[in-house]
Amino acid sequence: MNGADLGVTAVVRLAMRMLARDWRAGEQRLLALALIVAVGSVTTVAFFADRVGRSLTSEASQLLGADLVIVSDKPIADRFVQTAQRAGLSATQAVRFPSMTQFAGRTLLTEVKAIAPGYPLRGKLRIRSSEAGPNFEPGRIPSPGEVWVDDRLRRRLDLKIGSLVGLGGREFTVAALVSEEPESSAGFINLGPRLMMNETDLPSTGLIQSGSRVSYRLFVAGSVPAIASFRDFAAQAVGPGQRVEDIRDARPEIKSALERAERFLGLSALMTVILAGVAVALAARRYLQRHLDACAIMRCLGAGQMLILALHVLQFMMIGLIAGAVGCAVGFACQFVLAMVLAPVVSVTLPAPGLRPLAQGMVAGFVMLLGFALPPLIALKKVPTLRVLRRDLGAPNPTGLSAYLLGGAAIAGLVLWQAQELRLGLYVLGGVLGTAAACAVLTLLVLRLLSSLGRSAGLNWRFGLANLRRHRAGSIVQVTALGLGLMALILLTLVRAELLDNWRNSLPADAPNRFLVNIQPDQLPEITQFFAANGVAPPRLFPMVRGRLVEINGKPVSSRDYVEDRARRLVDREFNLSWSQSMQPDNSIVAGRWFDSGDAGKAVLSVEEGIGKSIGVKVGDSVTYDIAGSRLTAQVVSLRKVAWDTFRVNFFVVAPPGVLEKFPASYVTSLHLPASRSVLMDDLVKRFPNLLVIDVAAILAQVQRMMNQVVKAIEFVFLFSIAAGLLVLFAALSSTHDEREFDAAVMRTLGASGRQLRAVQAAEFALIGALAGLLAAIGATAIGYVLADKVLNLPYTINPWVWLAGLLIGAVGVTVAGLLGTAKVLRTPPMQVFRASA
Amino acid sequence: MTEEFMPPIVRAAGLTKQVFAGTTPLTILQDVSLEIARGEAVAILGASGSGKTTLLALLAGLDVPTAGTVHIDGTDLFALDEDGRARLRRDRVGFVFQSFQLLPALTALENVMLPLELAGKSDAKERAADWLERVGLGPRLTHYPRQLSGGEQQRVAVARAFAADPSVLFADEPTGNLDSATGEEIISLMFELNRGARTTLLLVTHDEVLAQRCARRIRLAAGRLTNDERR
Repeated sequence: MNGADLGVTAVVRLAMRMLARDWRAGEQRLLALALIVAVGSVTTVAFFADRVGRSLTSEASQLLGADLVIVSDKPIADRFVQTAQRAGLSATQAVRFPSMTQFAGRTLLTEVKAIAPGYPLRGKLRIRSSEAGPNFEPGRIPSPGEVWVDDRLRRRLDLKIGSLVGLGGREFTVAALVSEEPESSAGFINLGPRLMMNETDLPSTGLIQSGSRVSYRLFVAGSVPAIASFRDFAAQAVGPGQRVEDIRDARPEIKSALERAERFLGLSALMTVILAGVAVALAARRYLQRHLDACAIMRCLGAGQMLILALHVLQFMMIGLIAGAVGCAVGFACQFVLAMVLAPVVSVTLPAPGLRPLAQGMVAGFVMLLGFALPPLIALKKVPTLRVLRRDLGAPNPTGLSAYLLGGAAIAGLVLWQAQELRLGLYVLGGVLGTAAACAVLTLLVLRLLSSLGRSAGLNWRFGLANLRRHRAGSIVQVTALGLGLMALILLTLVRAELLDNWRNSLPADAPNRFLVNIQPDQLPEITQFFAANGVAPPRLFPMVRGRLVEINGKPVSSRDYVEDRARRLVDREFNLSWSQSMQPDNSIVAGRWFDSGDAGKAVLSVEEGIGKSIGVKVGDSVTYDIAGSRLTAQVVSLRKVAWDTFRVNFFVVAPPGVLEKFPASYVTSLHLPASRSVLMDDLVKRFPNLLVIDVAAILAQVQRMMNQVVKAIEFVFLFSIAAGLLVLFAALSSTHDEREFDAAVMRTLGASGRQLRAVQAAEFALIGALAGLLAAIGATAIGYVLADKVLNLPYTINPWVWLAGLLIGAVGVTVAGLLGTAKVLRTPPMQVFRASA
Repeated sequence: MTEEFMPPIVRAAGLTKQVFAGTTPLTILQDVSLEIARGEAVAILGASGSGKTTLLALLAGLDVPTAGTVHIDGTDLFALDEDGRARLRRDRVGFVFQSFQLLPALTALENVMLPLELAGKSDAKERAADWLERVGLGPRLTHYPRQLSGGEQQRVAVARAFAADPSVLFADEPTGNLDSATGEEIISLMFELNRGARTTLLLVTHDEVLAQRCARRIRLAAGRLTNDERR
């Protein structure tokens, strides 16, 4: 190798000097900027996932009162507590059971919770010491002999602070009113009024007998890795009647919301990576074009191929390092901004930023750089030396498809890595490739078509078209890049706004916050009347039949057949089945078909996708339920995805009308009740004592709060994508700058006026802008539709006005930006241009 | 030992270059053999398309022949690979081109430094500055090619060619892009430097007047050597 003559340090030093010179000449700026944006965005999103994501999870943990809970029907073995303590986790226990509370000759079924010091480990317990007094965090649990009661119990028994209530064989003083407590809505266990007491008082009540319905709970909290390893231990160690719960198991609503948040963020990171990739590719292409001569001269001056390659690879590595470091710094700074944006809504302290996101950003930057820069660089070292004598001679073809294969593969890899979910990654990748291919093919066709039509057009159009035709490869690259840039911008502005709005609208301010369970068929008219009389729109009532799954495809099922905890629980307990002719709006079919009118009375079912996966049921299988002693065998005709975070009543298993009506059914509904009217539920329960009212207001507020903070975070992260999109537009416009400059100089020499030149260029820009804008809008709406439908499960209607907008924005935007960018071209005397390109 | 008895610095034997236009072979250079002695100044003359630039490219190892050999200073050029030829150029050969071939992103000084840097010379900057001084561009070290006139750009190219202390200097129509007065200046400069450095000069030109300044003139027509005259 020739470079060996120089020695490694000398080569590195020379590469540094060359980098400094190229930088000064502005050759590397676009490349560096594209890398900074890419690395900055990846780092910011990684920080989000790392910090804010963790904080969202812990925010959600507040609802559980812990990071993880072990629920058991018998006292929890000491080894669980010991293992938790050894792992440095904090732990506390509680016992929960239903019992009758007595006061002034009245009794009421109450959910009693006996707690130990330390409770709650996560979230807030807030009480007040008089009915109208201020809420505060007591920092302790009820003293022995005291109980704290919630407002439902207080209202229903007309309790006051100081009242003596009977519980089992003892009397307790009501010492405080509970305003807010964790767990109040985690799981559908919140069946009635609640009372909190000290665990040490429990034996003296005599309430815990063998056979009592008691739930023992071990709450555990601590660092993420310690929790993870404790979860692994606990999952192995739990026996029958015991289970491990964390927030994601407990709340499908939270899980759903978190998943969507992650997908939105993933999407914006993907767009940024793709756009930055396009910008890097354009920048590398331009770099190559501008360095062909330099390489030929260097070879002429005696530089070997390996030395040339080494010098350029080193230069690019240095750019990668510097731009990567700047990008990491930008990402680091941005996550502080992000933390600030979220501060008002994130009530827990963000965990300290880790180093991993920085590494992630650097890796992404280098993969992109080398993916797109290496092929042109390798081509560069093959520049024929003879080019110094014959300019027209053999420029290696860096625009060929093969040169971009490595880059394409690198981007695809990055996209799939960033997406962390194959489906989202593939959809976005497919959309981008589809748009790119459509842009390339249609540009070619349009150029052909216009060249035959254009002969009769005016001088400016004729010249503009001729220019586009002459630089066909450049034109195709330019329209494709512009198309991708505009597509991303349209996707990120118009489509994103619509998607986020739809998401927020899926959980409006008046989303249901109460579930009514156990309504008997004969109560339906009275309940409807009750709501109407109280000025509340009567909610839709859903029938519900309880049945146990006994067979799948004729084979008996047992919880022992399943490894997964959730599947075991599902098989052990009774399923809620319902019937309906029409599908709920927040459901979507993922396999099979919804019922048609011919299905009425036929034994067919639609099963929720997640439950189907857990118990191993797919379309076409037959399942048998034991419903009140009779057996019902039915065929699964569809799997449904349910948006649980809409807080509407939904069922795992739905049949068409005419199948389940013969079985005993109860009705269930959900409705929104403003806080000011929450007393209405007490009246309702007083009138219909069999009803269960489940209050999900807290969890609803939680999800809404999370959604809002996530939307803010997403909007912030989208700024990166927009920066990347603008960069691509800029890079695309500069990609033909040199040719344009030369053409203008020639036309100037031949006597063209500035006005004529501008008109020719405007014609050219308007044409490519309109073409790119239209294709971009079509691509963006297509991706938006697919994402909404397949990934985010949101409704999305294609709006053809976006296409017209895309066309106009493309034509006007590209013309204005293009003319501004080439304004200097018109002011440069032709001879200077010729001299520079001589 | 006088130069006349030393082995020739450039020796070409049976040089032939064919290219294919479609399937038809086109002979650009046919069986050219010549020897150039150390310190000689030789003009290669011929009309456009006579093959003179091709001959120069082959003699400098910028292109490979269909047949024949070239030895520079006893080294068989085409027994070397591309990198070997590049190394040989770095150590022994300088170039001046019709279109100057300066790197637009580099200043005059940096352009002259480049071959010295490629050869790993630690005093690249001083030597480059010195050569620019000698071609009369001392005050314009930090100027970019676009800020220089054609004549000034070619002076930078001349300084770059001489800076690496070559044994042979190849010049391809060095005045082709310059007006006659400026061209004359450049030629005078080249001959003057050549005398001082005792470099062998090989000049491709179609300019008879310029060729007259060389002690030896080789004429090409239709790819064949038709005349080799010495003064």
